[in-house]
Amino acid sequence: MPAYAPDTPPARGDAGRRLASALYRRPRLQLGLLLSAPIAWLVVAYLGSLVILFVNSFWRLDPFTGTVVYEPGLQNFERLASTEVYRTITVRTLGIAAAVTITDALIAFPIAYYMARVASPRTRGWLVVTILMPLWSSYLVKVFAWRIILQDAGPLNAILRPLGLEGPGFTEGEIRLWLCFSYLWLPYMILPIFAGLERIPTSLLEASGDLGARGWATFRRVVLPLAFPAVVAGSIFTFSLTMGDYIAPNQLSSVQFIGNVVQSNVGVAGDLPFAAAFAVVPVVVMLVYLAVARRLGAFDSL
Amino acid sequence: MPASRATRIGLRVATALGLAFIYLPLAIIFVYAFSEARALAWPIRGLSLRWWEQALTDPEAIDALVTSIQAGLGATAIALVLGTLLSFAVQRYRFFGREAVSFAVILPIALPGIVTGMALNSTFRTFGIDLSLFTIIVGHATFCVVIVYNNVLARLRRTARSIEEASMDLGADTWQTFRFVTFPVIRTALLAGGLLAFALSFDEVIVTTFTTGGDQTLPIYILKLLSRDPSPAVNVVAIVVILLSAVPVYVATRLSSDTGVAGGRA
Repeated sequence: MPAYAPDTPPARGDAGRRLASALYRRPRLQLGLLLSAPIAWLVVAYLGSLVILFVNSFWRLDPFTGTVVYEPGLQNFERLASTEVYRTITVRTLGIAAAVTITDALIAFPIAYYMARVASPRTRGWLVVTILMPLWSSYLVKVFAWRIILQDAGPLNAILRPLGLEGPGFTEGEIRLWLCFSYLWLPYMILPIFAGLERIPTSLLEASGDLGARGWATFRRVVLPLAFPAVVAGSIFTFSLTMGDYIAPNQLSSVQFIGNVVQSNVGVAGDLPFAAAFAVVPVVVMLVYLAVARRLGAFDSL
Repeated sequence: MPASRATRIGLRVATALGLAFIYLPLAIIFVYAFSEARALAWPIRGLSLRWWEQALTDPEAIDALVTSIQAGLGATAIALVLGTLLSFAVQRYRFFGREAVSFAVILPIALPGIVTGMALNSTFRTFGIDLSLFTIIVGHATFCVVIVYNNVLARLRRTARSIEEASMDLGADTWQTFRFVTFPVIRTALLAGGLLAFALSFDEVIVTTFTTGGDQTLPIYILKLLSRDPSPAVNVVAIVVILLSAVPVYVATRLSSDTGVAGGRA
């Protein structure tokens, strides 16, 4: 709702007016005033921290004194590349992140399609709220829910055992994590795809039909290519959130993610330069991922 | 292309299953909060409110709630100011590095939490800044800025610039135009962005574990309960957290559904 200015503008000192018109004539100055604080924040608080993380990853820990030696070197990265355990952890983290992303895309697409193109406007509004609410509701609560569901005497086994089946146990950590992460990040995939599908003009689909394409052909050759950037946008979240997690692996399994190694090296007895080096790995992966996503047009769907 | 009847039914079933998948685990959390027994075996044994009494009178839980609210308010305040300034700059001006800025601002939500957490932790250590409520707020603000930025940016994109020009033509100066025209247009977007930023901060745990000193936010408190042998009291805290974050999110969704002032249709 636009508000209307009252008939009599409030009295204002000459100084205020002069400043206003001075600013009006200098758009560059306006821009400078708008940008200085946020840029300072981004550079100091965020990008600066990333640089410091990067720099830290080249220091090393003296194994005897336990203090950080400030001589740049690649020893942390050499250790990451040459140690079997860390290679396994990296492959596992990225592998589960990829599996979760694919799973979520497959589950999310029909739901998003129903919301965007089949449901009535009323149902659509209701569904958006219904799917948005758990997206923001506590992450830890959801991890805990899966811990309860998957425990040996839990609800899942109560259903499966009479059928002669068994849910994934504590030793099948990868499967448990795949389930839990697919659950956790599903709304992050549904919403961008929904927004992407909603933006497709109905006239394009009608044109496709007029040109003789059947439902499936229209879907594959019109809808899917147009919705693909939105899927990529959603995948940024499902992939990144899975890759950066360490709490669910702790709670649900005995397997380690990159985050577990990073986190356990931050404590008093930890090896901070090594933790920093391992944290650089997801940064590099995500920067490549984002660069590809940007080329695919995903940023307009964020 | 109206979907065929079979397709529609299939999609409806898929959606129903999807919703069940999303809500069943939350329902299980809810059921256990009323369990009589301490063990979390299925099915629950007996009904009781004793975990509610225990959880809601725990002074540690109340302290954690207060800390969470403080952190959320601090981070939201920073996010509102910086996010709004940034969205105006990116939407209203063309400048060198604009693309880079709009890319940098989404990094905090695109990069994993351990990266943000570890980066901030390294920085605080390097400069000898003690971990405290202040560092928690800084950590939360990094990703809250994006939320406000996105909300205000979307509103500005939907709003015709001409109404501001009309205001200026009618003799209003920059301040009056902002006060009486621009601000009312973005007001609900600010509120929605602020509420979502608060909800995000209220729920954040991974970055917080890297930036907290002795302070316990509610998620940190829950994490501590989870690392011991959790009783149904955790479920009670969980339900309170869900409800507390559901309200702002619900209000925010309602607020963002009304459009800005579109050209010609105002």
